[in-house]
Amino acid sequence: MAVVWIPPFLESLTGGAHKVTVSGRNLRQVLNSLDTLYPGIKDALLEEDHIHPSIAVVIDGATGHLELIEPVREESEIHFIPAISGG
Amino acid sequence: MTATARQESKGSGPFKVVGTRTTRHDGVDKVTGRARFGADISMSGLLHGKVLRSPHAHARIRSIDTSMAEALPGVKGVATAQDFPIIRGQALDFSGAVSNARVTAEVILAHERVMYAGHAVAAVAATSPHIAEEATRLIRVDYEASRVERLGSGEDTSPGSNIASHIQLKRGDVEQGFGEAEVIVERELSTQTIHQGYIEPFASTAHWAPDGHVTIWTTTQGIFGVRASTSAILGIPESMVKVIPMEVGGGFGGKASIYLDPVAAVLSKKTGHPVKMVMTRKEVFEGTGPGCAAIMRVKMGADSSGRITAAQFWLAYQAGAFPGSSVSGGATTGTGPYNIDNFLIDGYDVVCNKQKTSGYRAPGQCQANFAIETVIDELAERLGMDPLELRLKNVVKEGDRMPTGVPFPYIDLRKLEETMKTHPHYSAPLEGPNRGRGVAVAFRGHGGQGAPATMNVNADGTISLITGAIDLSGTRTTVAMQAAEVLGLAAKDVILTVVDTDSVAQTGTTAGSRVTFEMGLAAIAAAQEVKRQMSARAAMLWEVQPEEVEFQDGVFTCNRSPAKRMTFKELAGRLARSGGPITCSVYAPSTGIGPSFAGNIVDVEIDPETGKVDILRYTAFLDAGQAVHPGFVEGQMQGATAQGIGWALSEEYLYTEEGAVANTSFLDYRTPTSMDLPMIDTVIIQVPNPHHPFGVRAVGEVPIVPTLAAVANAVYHATGVRMTRLPMSPGAILEALEAKKAQE
Repeated sequence: MAVVWIPPFLESLTGGAHKVTVSGRNLRQVLNSLDTLYPGIKDALLEEDHIHPSIAVVIDGATGHLELIEPVREESEIHFIPAISGG
Repeated sequence: MTATARQESKGSGPFKVVGTRTTRHDGVDKVTGRARFGADISMSGLLHGKVLRSPHAHARIRSIDTSMAEALPGVKGVATAQDFPIIRGQALDFSGAVSNARVTAEVILAHERVMYAGHAVAAVAATSPHIAEEATRLIRVDYEASRVERLGSGEDTSPGSNIASHIQLKRGDVEQGFGEAEVIVERELSTQTIHQGYIEPFASTAHWAPDGHVTIWTTTQGIFGVRASTSAILGIPESMVKVIPMEVGGGFGGKASIYLDPVAAVLSKKTGHPVKMVMTRKEVFEGTGPGCAAIMRVKMGADSSGRITAAQFWLAYQAGAFPGSSVSGGATTGTGPYNIDNFLIDGYDVVCNKQKTSGYRAPGQCQANFAIETVIDELAERLGMDPLELRLKNVVKEGDRMPTGVPFPYIDLRKLEETMKTHPHYSAPLEGPNRGRGVAVAFRGHGGQGAPATMNVNADGTISLITGAIDLSGTRTTVAMQAAEVLGLAAKDVILTVVDTDSVAQTGTTAGSRVTFEMGLAAIAAAQEVKRQMSARAAMLWEVQPEEVEFQDGVFTCNRSPAKRMTFKELAGRLARSGGPITCSVYAPSTGIGPSFAGNIVDVEIDPETGKVDILRYTAFLDAGQAVHPGFVEGQMQGATAQGIGWALSEEYLYTEEGAVANTSFLDYRTPTSMDLPMIDTVIIQVPNPHHPFGVRAVGEVPIVPTLAAVANAVYHATGVRMTRLPMSPGAILEALEAKKAQE
């Protein structure tokens, strides 16, 4: 199952857990699994069914571009990190 | 002579084109004055637009009376925020503020409230720029002044404070880490609002045709961003807006934002004429987005061996009048060069009544690096360690985690730091009083967006490569070089044109040091497809199977019949009569640009009478991966260093008591000139990036990042005074020297 690193601002929803193992073959399924375990976490990460613009999703070291249909592997590591801009 | 200047003129490693110092594609146009910039547009019936700006840093707009302006002979139209459909149709909210078109509209023309001195309030189109300017003075705005939030310090974290958002990163247990520390250093540091220093002011011309199509000629880092924002603000489909890029006279992040395009379009719609708007330098300073001011607190501890046991980093960045500072850039990278088990990082986005800030080369990262690298230098001193040795002791490597928790891919910062440590500059004697040497290193992470490209084979054997990625720094050449490498051509035979939004697929903004990397991937993919089609065509002409055709060094051969041989150019000349031209369009998804690292060694001398800092010697180090064009990489390093030195020593927005910018020209806003700087030596380290076929890494932004701290550390070692506020102007240094003397 994929390992999701919980950003500190969401640890209040996970009871302080900063890594959670969940199932899902794409990001949407992972978020659904997370939300089942920790209700509210999906709303905190999404804005109108898109990843919130201030958040970047990194799966296995690569920034995702497929949003919620980004594929997730069985042993994937998923991070929700602050989005940064370029100059 | 720079360290790489003696290298290869015939390509490096396995390459023939990549790694050479080929002639710049746009060089002749630029040096002959033929290149056309935003202000160079001229056409029949052209009107000129000017903007009225707020004198107040914060006020409610009770009313705007444009009747006198409209009555002035020569005036053809006046626009206010009411002319933007998005203003009328959508309430202001800050969700997704970074890319929120409603917020962008509010920045472009204030609606009910002006949020900073210089905030645009109305615009006029007239038959000459002088009449338009005169007419702006006839517009009567009834303001009700409001309380001005100037400090934006981020101290007040209670609800209703001026903190727009908070991010946090953490690892381990900082208290336990500090408990293990032998030495702990704590510092508060600050930097001021800063200009990107681009020379060309914003300029935009728009024509709203009777059929509803809008054409915009503009200076921008991203034509598709202009199209998206303009269509959203004007309430028309994107397909009705065509954005034509002009040459860009510097952007450095500043021109990723838009200010004039929708205004020129609205004025064109109202008047039936094309409308051209060109900002004055004063308007650039007052009305566009600078880089963020920041206040930062660092607490860092290390044990007696030099291992950093804990770090606490607090950052408050001024976003200006609307949310969206670059604090995340600082929070996620500041401690990046160090493998630290225990840290707590808190970043605050703080709003205040200043211009809405914009990106500036590695947004947010120079400020954070200044704070962290100053404290690292102090830790080294307290531990009695060589500052580079302390850095090497804690250096990150592949598999370690970035501050965000994401693991580092293949990197070799150790190699960069060891190169710095063994460089002759580091061990050169630095004799004489009031002289000091400083070092700093920096990390920047990059994401990626993917990129499209279209490629056509011309009958003369040259290639037309078509992109929508704005060329800010010579990327027409560096991208063409990568296609030429694949096709066995000379770089000059790949003619890259940056086209308008109707002529190419959606392309990302030129930002984040991405174009040479990502457009390079697209160019390589297109070149490979062209090579495949050309091989198939050769097979058809030779009446053999495609797999029997080989291509090497620009020559097609048949492996079954060696006499069958055609150069790329010969085959190109036969395309028209063998099935028609060869063309392809590709989209190359990003493979991840990955991390970049840079370092600086600098020697300074301080005049104790005046406080002036002279840069005696400067060596900049950069891991460029495979340098596509080493000369351009050196140029990026030298330009970035010059900008960083300005940030360190002389540049800042000065605000009046009323909140207006007081230094709105390059006479009063002091960027370094060639008279202020020595030759900046460059050392390019080439650790290949496994995510690019040629090993390319990002080079555009990270070279500026270590400069501020390197200079500050050098000033410390020259004077014994830690300068914790930038810029280190002569006055500030004199004040610090006098304070030190008073303590002694």
